[in-house]
Amino acid sequence: MRSGRLFSLLALTFALSSAPVFTFAQHEENHENAHATEATAAHEGNHEEKKEGFNASEVIFGHIGDSHYWHLFDVNEHPVSLSLPVIIYHPTKGVEMFSASKFHHGHESYNGYQIEKGMKEKIVSEDGAAIIDFSITKNVLSMIISVVLLLWIMLSVAKKYKKNGTMVAPTGFQNALEPVVTFIRDEVGKPNLGNKYMRFMPLLLTVFFFIWINNLLGLLPGGANFTGNIAVTACLALVSFIVMLFNANKHFWGHLFNPPGVPLGIKFLLVPIEFISLFIKPIALMIRLFANILAGHIVILSVISMIFIFGALSKVAGWGFVPVSLAFSIFMFFLELLVAAIQAFIFTNLTAVFLGQAIEEAHHDDHAHAEAGHH
Amino acid sequence: MDLLTPELGLFVWTLIAFLAVFFILRKFAWKPILKSLHERETGIAESIASADRVKKEMGQMQAENEKLMMEARAQSAQMLKEAKEMKESIINKAKEETKAVADKMIAEAQQQIQQQKMAALTEVKNEIGKLAVEVAEKVIRKELATADSQNGYAQMLAEDIKMN
Repeated sequence: MRSGRLFSLLALTFALSSAPVFTFAQHEENHENAHATEATAAHEGNHEEKKEGFNASEVIFGHIGDSHYWHLFDVNEHPVSLSLPVIIYHPTKGVEMFSASKFHHGHESYNGYQIEKGMKEKIVSEDGAAIIDFSITKNVLSMIISVVLLLWIMLSVAKKYKKNGTMVAPTGFQNALEPVVTFIRDEVGKPNLGNKYMRFMPLLLTVFFFIWINNLLGLLPGGANFTGNIAVTACLALVSFIVMLFNANKHFWGHLFNPPGVPLGIKFLLVPIEFISLFIKPIALMIRLFANILAGHIVILSVISMIFIFGALSKVAGWGFVPVSLAFSIFMFFLELLVAAIQAFIFTNLTAVFLGQAIEEAHHDDHAHAEAGHH
Repeated sequence: MDLLTPELGLFVWTLIAFLAVFFILRKFAWKPILKSLHERETGIAESIASADRVKKEMGQMQAENEKLMMEARAQSAQMLKEAKEMKESIINKAKEETKAVADKMIAEAQQQIQQQKMAALTEVKNEIGKLAVEVAEKVIRKELATADSQNGYAQMLAEDIKMN
């Protein structure tokens, strides 16, 4: 039963993670096409105004990448944006802090630093030193907002539990949260972690809600692509990896470095594979969430950009494409709403699965018997 | 690709924020929430179990009550039956007794009547005997008042003897 469930879960994970990647790949094609059409358009209208051209890749990568400004909207080609604080660690100059407005949108350098806009917005030191950028970027600010929201929601709900006592029916937001908490506990914690699930519930719940709320905030217009950033997913995967390593028992390490009942020759083959697979687990976690959310953002932005790409070709085509593009982007938004929850669930569930493998006791089959016998 | 290289700054901020959220929520949100959920669940399970138990007990009690009622009913029916029988037997006995007494009294009365009758009859017989003797005396006195008659009578008696 458990293996069946795991299998279906894996199948679902695979289907879900492959679908957006597929569209992502398709998009890449579209993107190339867009580039091509743009190039031809630019070629044709080279002697006319060049600023009419709509650079979809710049728009899309500007949105999905991190930034030192929170771009809100454009007024007469002038971007209206929030300048965020820049914090830089320079190996010789130490920590410096100033507002990103000092860069004047990348047009000027400040204090020996300047903004470099490639596929990603980066601050570089003019003296070529390897600086570390600890700026409160758009992603960091978005995360702070989500953290405040998360703390506010959870603490107010927890207060309600304390105030109302245990035997009072939940009210308000408590009602919305309770099924999710019990779902994580009963469908993620208990099946994967057995009777030790209570120990890991806080981690699983935090991971789930942290990812979910950030996924949702990222879907808001103007929102940051926080969970679609590999630094974020790497951090989350690292946390679950470390928790897994610190909780892994003798049985787990024994099976990893000295698989029982395996001939010595095979051991030389098996142990490195097992060792690599240990690290593949968090990497899979990291890539899955990153790719799914990034792909979702790119698809939505691409669909919206189509209007402007067609608009650049001709006004009629642009307006004509509006309903198609809108319908598709609305569909994508609903899909992404689902994906936001599903990816949070998958990340949490896989964390639980990996933890479950790490804390699993010897003897799979008569697990319960062995436990009953020992205690 | 640039997108695949994680920035250290964002990584560090995320780590700090995530750990802060984790520790705060663990202490102030998840533990109380999970605890009260658990308590509520066990409370509900217990209430359901106790309700079931009470229901079962009620059923048992009802069955017992019914049994008791049946018994009482049977007992009362039995008692009624017995009372009826007793009544009948008492009546019958009384009837028999009265009949016996009456019979005895009648018998005694009859006996007395008989005795009285006999006594009266003897008395009457005695009186009649006396009267007859007196009458016979008087008749004889009158008839034998003369000598002739005395002779005649003696002759007649003698003839009777002779004839015998």
